[in-house]
Amino acid sequence: MGAAFDTIAFKASLCDGCGDCMKTCSEVKGGASRLAIVPGAKEGGFELAICRQCGDPKCVQVCPSGALAKDGDSGVIGWDAQKCVDCLLCTAGCAYAGIAVDPQAARVAKCDQCDGDPACVKACPTGALEWRRAGSLYREYGDKEDLFVPGLSGCQGCNSELIMRHAMRKIGRNSVLATPPGCIPGMGSVGYNGKTGTKVPVFHPLLTNTASMLSGIRRYYDRIGRKDIVVMALAGDGGTADCGFHAVSGAAERGEKILYICVDNEGYMNTGMQRSGTTPYGSWTSTTPVGEHLKGKTQDAKNLPLILTAHKCRYVATASTGYMEDLYEKLDRAVEASFEGFSYLHIYSPCPTGWRVPSSKVIEACRMSVDSNFVTLWEYTNTAGLRFTRSPDNPIPVVDYVRTIGKYRHLDAGQLAHIQAKVDEQVALLKLMAADSPSPPAAHRAPGGGEAPAAAGSLSGPLRQEIARN
Amino acid sequence: MPEAKYLLVGSSHAALEALRSIRQFDPDGAMAMLTQDTHPPYSPTILPYVVSGRSRPEAVLLRDRTFFEANACAFVPNARAVGLDAKAKTVKLESGETWRYQTLLIATGAAPAIPPVKGLDGVKFHVLRSLDDAKGLRSAMGGARSAVVLGAGLVGLHAAENMAEAGLSVTVVEMQGHVLPGYFDAKASERIEAAFAGHGVKLLLGRKVVEAAALDGGHSCRVMLDDGKAVEADLLLVATGVRPAVDWLDGSGVAIDRGVLVDEAMRTSVAGVWAAGDVAQAMDFHTGKPALIGIIPTAVEQGRIAGAGMADDPYRKDYPGGLPVNTYRFFGRVALSIGQATATDGVEVSESDENGYRRIVLADNRLVGYASVDQPFDVGVMGELIRRRVDLSQCKDTFIARPADTGRRLMSEQWR
Repeated sequence: MGAAFDTIAFKASLCDGCGDCMKTCSEVKGGASRLAIVPGAKEGGFELAICRQCGDPKCVQVCPSGALAKDGDSGVIGWDAQKCVDCLLCTAGCAYAGIAVDPQAARVAKCDQCDGDPACVKACPTGALEWRRAGSLYREYGDKEDLFVPGLSGCQGCNSELIMRHAMRKIGRNSVLATPPGCIPGMGSVGYNGKTGTKVPVFHPLLTNTASMLSGIRRYYDRIGRKDIVVMALAGDGGTADCGFHAVSGAAERGEKILYICVDNEGYMNTGMQRSGTTPYGSWTSTTPVGEHLKGKTQDAKNLPLILTAHKCRYVATASTGYMEDLYEKLDRAVEASFEGFSYLHIYSPCPTGWRVPSSKVIEACRMSVDSNFVTLWEYTNTAGLRFTRSPDNPIPVVDYVRTIGKYRHLDAGQLAHIQAKVDEQVALLKLMAADSPSPPAAHRAPGGGEAPAAAGSLSGPLRQEIARN
Repeated sequence: MPEAKYLLVGSSHAALEALRSIRQFDPDGAMAMLTQDTHPPYSPTILPYVVSGRSRPEAVLLRDRTFFEANACAFVPNARAVGLDAKAKTVKLESGETWRYQTLLIATGAAPAIPPVKGLDGVKFHVLRSLDDAKGLRSAMGGARSAVVLGAGLVGLHAAENMAEAGLSVTVVEMQGHVLPGYFDAKASERIEAAFAGHGVKLLLGRKVVEAAALDGGHSCRVMLDDGKAVEADLLLVATGVRPAVDWLDGSGVAIDRGVLVDEAMRTSVAGVWAAGDVAQAMDFHTGKPALIGIIPTAVEQGRIAGAGMADDPYRKDYPGGLPVNTYRFFGRVALSIGQATATDGVEVSESDENGYRRIVLADNRLVGYASVDQPFDVGVMGELIRRRVDLSQCKDTFIARPADTGRRLMSEQWR
């Protein structure tokens, strides 16, 4: 697979310009900070100058002394102090001030990502700087065997195809796969003309009986002593939340040892974008149209993974392709848990065709859904309870996410307020459930020097009542 | 007859970048790089550092045998091209050997321009363009007490500094009224001139050499100036600029003005022949007219575009035009300039003398040039603002007051 590298990501919306990153960098590196937080266009906003470790680095190309080179393994552009003659031509090559003059040393200095453990990220109190390891995941798993045939007929930019291929690369050949009606078999994974579209045994159950059939397969494998087979489903939200729900609920309740992955694109996208039980409030779908009277779906989505936790499953988790590190860790734990009991992984998957999102913006939509808490990343076990795997603190407003999605284009202020309230309520509930688990080390405080984020115990009265009512 | 699908004549930045660009698209088409040099590739820009002793000659080489093997490119040193037959698609070498090509890159760079001074051909003088020149100058410096440098461009000033630091008594003669003409305005140049004067270098500005003569059996020389005065020295360095190395193209049909004329794709007037780097006369970003801008950033960009064209890469981009860029270090200090940094007509200029000197040049609320002395700035950031013609009308005052932060902010916004 091609080169992909880990990177320091910057979320301008979370930066309050405290400067801890620069102070830490300067201390760790013993000189000028190699990243610079600068005032933004808006009052109180900030921007970042840092080496982007470009794929096609101009600083390297214009260096007359051979002092700069991109490392093929880490992707870091390294600087050789011995070879450098301080001509500063590299600074003319960089459009982002990622290599700049350290006035004290009168030499250039640049970010080296602290050998894969950047000090600035650890010092950032608001979560504005993040160390994203998706690059090394792509490199590691990209080399593994793709268990689907090439040329699946998914739409351009299909996120579900990404999930399928990644999940099966990770899980491997020792598996039996069920793909109930939906986009996943629809794009060709069950195959044509007597040939399957996968390199593992795959079958196409009804929408209604996926979990039941998997239960039987697992029991048979147990009986013949093949306890090492991953018995799994890659199902859509319709087959899981609506038509197939009774089978899922039954298998979960019985503790069947299967891995059930729900790829949630918030509707029946394969058959023409009809609404499903997980379609969010306000969404346009072909059955919740937008016109003179109707303004999209009038009901809230059901929170399926939360419902599964009420089954006391062995493992329940949510994930998003916007945060691959998190997704991969959960795949590991979900597979392991599927040998012990019902294991459920809910992966949110924006649909470029049905949601009216440009295919180039799908991953950005994934990230923004998480950053706004529209989607929360957490996991649950029947022994340890629920814990966030990504801090829900310091979210961006939901409207920032919703605005990027075409199916919400028509929303009025009242509908937006409803969605924000629903998101806040869900997060408050999850926080209550996660009260006993340590929160992830992302945000230590709110931007703007605020106090620590509100703890679950300090919920306001009405919100508490609302949650209790639910 | 040796043959290559891609024949690169020259071995510095433009040719190396063309190689890379070709290999991104065509991993195994037959390729050869011919150079008149005896060494593996190196940058002419590094030479002053070889003269000063800061860089060892063997440590400045940019590529080695392993690189050429990995890129399936034959590297042929000591191969001086003397003729091009564009009809037969062949390049003739000094050795008599002839190479056939399918696509040709002219990247022969530039050679020192020797002024027509009476008696100069009878005097032993140095130039500084090749690694061997640098080694020669370094060894000559060791046995000299005084030096005279003709020309106060980058090469002349770098060498003058090196020789002064090595203890020689140095005189620089420059025709123009200031050092580094074209890159810096008078105020900036004066700061640089003062530094040289402070280090004992004698600058004779606005002066022309009219005659040169050997003294002491050729061990030293005397140059006569247009004001009638004479300067004597043990060592003479001629650094009065360079000229594109185009002699070998005589009669080839390749259109030449001062350099090889190229279009936006770095194609010459002859089919199958491209040119890039110091030898090429490509479009100037500001004027839109052909210009010689002999610096690494333009060589790199031109080389990449030429390579993409030679490999018929459908994602080739057009050349956006060259911007003059200068990052100059003198006696540990810094002088930087980019774009129309000396422009005075039809532009808005903001100068500041606080903590060094800076000159910001705007036109139509867009940055067109920037120069500074003793006040480093992000040259690449300012270059992007110029190239993208970023409208600064919303933040002009902030930009002029705090150019570094504002420039970084604007580029950070562009990234996401």
